[in-house]
Amino acid sequence: MQATGEKKAARTFPALTFQELLFTLQRFWADQGCVLQQPYDVEVGAGTMSPDTFLRVLGPKPVRIAYAQPSRRPADGRYGENPNRLFRHTQLQVILKPPPVRIQELYLESLTAIGIDLREHDIKFEEDNWEWPVGGAWGVGWQVMLDGLEITQFTYFQQCGGMDLDPICGEITYGLERIAGFLQDVDSIYDIVWAVEPDTGRKVTYGEMRLAEEEQFSAYSFDYADVAKLWEHLNLYESECLSLLDQAKGFEKMDQLELKRFPVLGAYELALKCSHVFNLLDARGAISVTERVGVMARIRTLVVGVARIYAAQGQQLSGTVKE
Amino acid sequence: MAEFLFEIGLEEIPARMIAGAQAELQRRVVTLLERERLVSAGVASKSFATPRRLAVWVADVAERQEDVAEELVGPSIKVAYKDGVPTAAAQAFAQKAGVAVGALKTVTTSKGEYLAAATTKQGRETAEVIVAELPKELAGIYWAKNMYWRAGRPERFVRPVRWMVALLGAKTVPVNFGGYEAGAVTYGHRVLFGDEAIVLKSPGEYEQALEQGFVVADVEVRRQRIRKAMDAVTRTVAEVRWREDEELVETVTQLTEWPSVVMGGFEAEYLTLPEEVLVTVMRDHQKYFAVEDKAGKLAPHFLAVLNTAADEAGLAVIRHGNERVLRARFNDARFFWEFDQRVPLVDRVELLKNVTFQKELGSYAAKTSRVRKLASGLAGLVLERKCELNPVALDEAASLAKTDLTSELVKEFTELQGIVGGLYARAQGYGVATAEAIYDQYKPVSMEDSVPRTVEGAVLAIADKADTIAGMFGLGKEPTGSKDPFALRRAANGIVKILAETAVALPLTLAEIAAAACGQNETLAGKVRGFLAERLEFYLREARGHAYDVVKAVLAVGAEDVRDAVARAEAVTAVRGSDDFAAVSAAFKRMRNILAQAAEKGIAPAARVEAVLLTEATEKALAERSSELAADVLALRGERNHKAALESIATLRPQVDAFFDAVMVMAPDVEVRANRLALLGRVLGDFSGIAEFSEIVTAG
Repeated sequence: MQATGEKKAARTFPALTFQELLFTLQRFWADQGCVLQQPYDVEVGAGTMSPDTFLRVLGPKPVRIAYAQPSRRPADGRYGENPNRLFRHTQLQVILKPPPVRIQELYLESLTAIGIDLREHDIKFEEDNWEWPVGGAWGVGWQVMLDGLEITQFTYFQQCGGMDLDPICGEITYGLERIAGFLQDVDSIYDIVWAVEPDTGRKVTYGEMRLAEEEQFSAYSFDYADVAKLWEHLNLYESECLSLLDQAKGFEKMDQLELKRFPVLGAYELALKCSHVFNLLDARGAISVTERVGVMARIRTLVVGVARIYAAQGQQLSGTVKE
Repeated sequence: MAEFLFEIGLEEIPARMIAGAQAELQRRVVTLLERERLVSAGVASKSFATPRRLAVWVADVAERQEDVAEELVGPSIKVAYKDGVPTAAAQAFAQKAGVAVGALKTVTTSKGEYLAAATTKQGRETAEVIVAELPKELAGIYWAKNMYWRAGRPERFVRPVRWMVALLGAKTVPVNFGGYEAGAVTYGHRVLFGDEAIVLKSPGEYEQALEQGFVVADVEVRRQRIRKAMDAVTRTVAEVRWREDEELVETVTQLTEWPSVVMGGFEAEYLTLPEEVLVTVMRDHQKYFAVEDKAGKLAPHFLAVLNTAADEAGLAVIRHGNERVLRARFNDARFFWEFDQRVPLVDRVELLKNVTFQKELGSYAAKTSRVRKLASGLAGLVLERKCELNPVALDEAASLAKTDLTSELVKEFTELQGIVGGLYARAQGYGVATAEAIYDQYKPVSMEDSVPRTVEGAVLAIADKADTIAGMFGLGKEPTGSKDPFALRRAANGIVKILAETAVALPLTLAEIAAAACGQNETLAGKVRGFLAERLEFYLREARGHAYDVVKAVLAVGAEDVRDAVARAEAVTAVRGSDDFAAVSAAFKRMRNILAQAAEKGIAPAARVEAVLLTEATEKALAERSSELAADVLALRGERNHKAALESIATLRPQVDAFFDAVMVMAPDVEVRANRLALLGRVLGDFSGIAEFSEIVTAG
């Protein structure tokens, strides 16, 4: 007997390319009223850390937004040698605040939209709660398992920046590489077909687009990154962020225009940069035990501090953001 | 009388919480109906649960509460009547009670005579009671983790509610909870039945109707279906069986509404990876069951429990998907395994400086050096006592024990810490003793788990646990009440279990371990020793099942040598039922009392028993027989034959009985009295080494 079993039964629906997968999901959520945002152009470790999630979930204002966010986790780099693991992968992040009653059904419809016939597959919602202590953020939810593959993280966001959310928020995070690999039935991420040239039929693979990046950035974060310089970066970004947090204490004295223009979003970028530099230092093995807890506390001060001034700014501008 | 059905539909409930919530809902609903006099005690009821619903069915519920006769007590007679005429107070009370003044009667209470009225409390409709009370019960259900889910609402629940059914006979009961009103509509399997409503006409058809909707609501039925399906699927391959795993069966039962099973395979080449790694990937990460051959060796197959029913073609697709995932997981594991070999364990010791053990206690490098020292100290004691131990292997194991924490494989599969280190040590050419000690260092992880296989492993495991306990106690982080965030009780239970259950007796006492772990700090050592002794008591009661008084009696004469305490407890439990032993125990208790009373009065026993002062025949007999027995008992105890020693002590009964029948201990003659007290003291001293018999609770 051949241990691996039969090849997948012939499909009636042609497998989507990586980019078609993205288009289809974006189209689907746009049709549900989501604004399609572009990826955030600062390094983040997860789609959740983009201000389009981390900050927009705060306050009472309803939000429906979706974006494909590259997520960088230097320590997950494998020099391109591991067929299943990347230093940079892409998440499709969907934020629905408040979550519609049919959110689970909508999600399942989105799977149908990308060609998954649910009656042909085994789908389970297994408990998997999410937490980002540095951001004072957590939620409860599930990992969605499709034929044993975790394809989505589905979270009801409960707290952010240490503040209770009201209303809460539904967050759907699709792992695009995994789903594409599943749809195309390939064993390595690098074999995923990203796009097909319609005139020549030439297939452009994920590896062609991204392998060099995986190799070089793994080498950078594990072997080349200059530890002393990274510490300097961390200190500089931190001090600038702290200075903004400090100036935000003067919110009451500001007029409306000054308040509206106060760069809370700039402060958040600086906090994100610190977080990324921390991850690089960590991958480089440059953070000692005694330093580790302390540095995490420093970054938490920045991230939670920004969430608080974001809420305060919104509240002062509209008088409605709940602390 | 009517049947009652309540079902609450939810988005997928975490599997680990379902069984508890199911039982709690049933208990709450039945108790509510009992409390409200709507069912008689012991009414038949049944509960159901799937990932998307909890339900309870109750037989014979009254349609309404019966009216109850009540006696209302009003004002005192003094206030109610003036010169035999009802006052305004009496009138008002009569009106409130709804009876004529003439119908009021007098009752006598502890405070005097009062006016009273016999009235009837009107029973309420059952539906009304349920609508009023059930939501409170639902809100009170315990969830290990819950969520806010409706805007502007402070209530929390495990997951969003999606529907409710409440039927009393054929009538719906409009219970309101979580923004929903209960009706008669339930829903079937998400995919197999879709979101078409299933309308229930009566509570009794619940199970059947759901079965039509591809939902097996009865958990036990589901569990058995899964087991049978696994058996059937496994039979398609010759001479293999699925590896029994009750916990995993429970989990997959709680993850499915309409279970089926598919068997998949993987390339035999993966079998070169350690079985522990393969099983962890399958079990903990994929919830797959491992398959083994007749000899118990892993076979290249696995079972996945599905929440769907598919035809052959569909099953092929699902099998293929699951195999693809597992292959990727195994590839990862193999990649990590190979990647990890680039840095041998010995080079990882340095890396431990970067892994935090505990904020105040420093890194794992610091822990490693403490544990090495502690293990070496304990090994010294073991060797001193002529017990075999390989100190070089032990030190090697202690120095490498935590290095696997820096490996990719353990970062990925944290549940394999220790095991991976042991496997790597083996692969990197270390001796069996070293590798096995590393492998077993976290054992036992629970009361049910086995203890380390070797002396070196046992000493390492004890040193590791004792270091953690001493460190945390030193920081004042002792467990309190139900709080034990650092699992120190588990660690101490582990130490006790190792001392009690290793293949070869480990000659270490609790005090020695505590002292070695606490260095010069005697106060701390005392606390740790007390903590360990407390866990020994727990062990004797919970793991060994000894009665409370036996444990107390045994520990009263020594809690140091764990294995000896276990043996003594076993011996006492074995003989405590015999008449002779009970009588001797009672007599010993009496002796102790006499001695205590004498001491209170300042009457001291003689320094030693003088034969010439033994005047009565019975006391001579006791003195002689007890001397002979004392030698026997000492010999038997030397052989650790506690049971025989106790049986031997019990044979002293005739002499003891005769003594107390005939002799007055507190004789008028000072010397005789002191001599008799000395005799009692000697008897007690000679025979109380196994247990403090006065602690034994004897009948009558």
